[in-house]
Amino acid sequence: MLKLLPLIPLFPLVSSIILMVTLGKLPKRMVAILGAGSVGMAALITLLVGLAFMETGQPHHQVLWTWMRVGEFSPDIAFYLDGLTLVMMSVITGVGFLIHLFSTEFMEDDNSFSRYFAYLNMFVFAMLILVMADNLLLLYLGWEGVGACSYLLVGFWYQNPDNGAAARKAFVVTRIGDTAMAVGLFLLFTELGTLDIQPLAEAAKSQWEVGDTLPVVACLLLLGGAVGKSAQLPLHTWLPDAMAGPTPVSALIHAATMVTAGVYLIARTHELFLLAPPAMLAVALVGLITSLMAAFTALNQHDIKRILAYSTISQIGYMFLALGVGAWAAGIFHLVTHAFFKALLFLAAGAVIHCLHHEHNIFKMGGLRTRLPVVFWSFLIGSAALAALPLTSGFFSKDMILLQAYELPGVGPWLWVGGLLGALLTAMYSFRLVFVVFFGETKMEPDKQPGVRMAVPLSLLCVLALVGGFFALPLVPLASAFPVASEHHPSHLIEGISIAVPLIGLAIAYFIFLGGQWKVDGLVNSASGQMLRKFWFSGWAMDWLYDKFWVQPYKSLTHLLRRECMDDIYNTIVKFCQLLYRVFSYTQAGRLRWYATSMVFGMIVVIALLQGVI
Amino acid sequence: MGSVSIPLDHVLLLSALLFICGLLGLMMRRNIIFILISLEVMLNSSAVAFVAAGARWGQPDGQIVFMLILAVAAAEVAVGLGLVLQIQRRFKSLDMDDANRMRG
Repeated sequence: MLKLLPLIPLFPLVSSIILMVTLGKLPKRMVAILGAGSVGMAALITLLVGLAFMETGQPHHQVLWTWMRVGEFSPDIAFYLDGLTLVMMSVITGVGFLIHLFSTEFMEDDNSFSRYFAYLNMFVFAMLILVMADNLLLLYLGWEGVGACSYLLVGFWYQNPDNGAAARKAFVVTRIGDTAMAVGLFLLFTELGTLDIQPLAEAAKSQWEVGDTLPVVACLLLLGGAVGKSAQLPLHTWLPDAMAGPTPVSALIHAATMVTAGVYLIARTHELFLLAPPAMLAVALVGLITSLMAAFTALNQHDIKRILAYSTISQIGYMFLALGVGAWAAGIFHLVTHAFFKALLFLAAGAVIHCLHHEHNIFKMGGLRTRLPVVFWSFLIGSAALAALPLTSGFFSKDMILLQAYELPGVGPWLWVGGLLGALLTAMYSFRLVFVVFFGETKMEPDKQPGVRMAVPLSLLCVLALVGGFFALPLVPLASAFPVASEHHPSHLIEGISIAVPLIGLAIAYFIFLGGQWKVDGLVNSASGQMLRKFWFSGWAMDWLYDKFWVQPYKSLTHLLRRECMDDIYNTIVKFCQLLYRVFSYTQAGRLRWYATSMVFGMIVVIALLQGVI
Repeated sequence: MGSVSIPLDHVLLLSALLFICGLLGLMMRRNIIFILISLEVMLNSSAVAFVAAGARWGQPDGQIVFMLILAVAAAEVAVGLGLVLQIQRRFKSLDMDDANRMRG
């Protein structure tokens, strides 16, 4: 059964190529079957492979062929299957299939139906390569592949120039991180002589001591790549703009899978990170600060998708926090539960947008609870899981992260307090969204109901978001040979606080946005309140900052360098040639008498020369 | 051969003068008929030089070449006049500058 492994990425790849070469000439029904079916097949084989893997629990290594051979360097096209890979593959193919199914209805009226599925299948293929890769180079191939597909899908509705700009921003900003990662790979290869992940970890452990400079530098460079891909501070600005793409794309790429690739990368190379405690601390701090900043921003947005985008940034911040404190399994666990509930939230938001004439502003919605019951329940369950209300899937993973952060000696309690504040804000913004959109008076009537191809994925994801915590729990220890966290449990008080905080957030959101018991208008409308609100609304003015300190200076520099002295030399040559061309073309103008005259003078000169006169 | 012989220098001078006249006409005239006439003048000036040189050396070659030049001139005029007719038809003018179609 394990031999079927290469088939998993093959199905989406073949389907994508078929959709590309048929240039949208296939009937929509056929495209839908091919696009969603191929990912469904991949999910099925993943299930079979997963069951076979569970029997032994031994990592499976499969070499297909040697990719290239350059001197000492010969990376293989090879797959490596262990618990971590399996978890990621299940999320990609499982959640991916549900999102494909949802898309067949969501994109039904789009003219580029076939192009959409070609891109989406290609994305699934690249993402599978990323997580299944045995060496960091193949991983990098998948890494860039998902980046390219993300670019294509963010700019999917390319007729609107704003979408194109958002796509370019997403591409360029992540490329900054990718460059850091590439440099990190070069460093690892020159120092350790291999890029195969398992030998690399062995070599690193034997050659480097804990706290050496080299592993710190290498890990920080890898962190740069992870930060770019996973939209963490300071490269997070692309994700909110990436919401320009179709909503199922946001669910699949910008919530469930691609943006968590950075988390996967760090978890995959955790043995390197263990050698570099300062880099670990950097991971934790980046995660915590990002999650807080993004949560404050999410509290002030009014575009339904932007709220969810900032929430994604914030939740990935949690995962980074978990990785940074060494809670690898907790981080991956949160990745899985987050994939469930955030995909659910995005799809539900997509259904709202689909049924409300493409309205994005939450303050123009309201009272949808009775109008769109399926969507309401999906959203409620998703939000409950996002806010980590007890017994939902998000509760288990977030609780695990917070407790393990608390355990960290030294800064641990501070990280825990920051994480709690984040959890409070998460509960506030997620229920603000629910209360504003689904309660209160109706401002807009939906013109259609979500069909069965929307309702089924939503319901399945609802189940996963609710109980995903239970059945993902036994899966976690399988998540490769992560060092097992200490079994020592913190006091019940700490646990109690962790449970209570989301409920407090929910209560605050209720009093402000639904019950109206707390009047905050005065506070919000005061001068400083307005300023703070604007500051948070703009995402802590990061875009403005980058524009002022990076984009504008770069533009003026390029403007300055456009006049270059080397060009003058070449321009002179060009000018000289043009002059000669004018002169010669003047002599060859077809004027017969001029020809005769020049011939005569030429003859005179020749004769004079022959006679030795001159 | 008792007649007064004309010195060769004079004949060559005449030939040169005729050649220059023809050349100047070729360079300065715009009317194609006059250009053709100028060409004839130049051909004949060289023919005069050949005849005179033949007489000077007592050889028949000069006169034979003269006959050749005459034949060439006749052929050239036949072709040239054909071209003149075509030019007149196509451009409604005999001015060679008007017949220029290049845009240099």
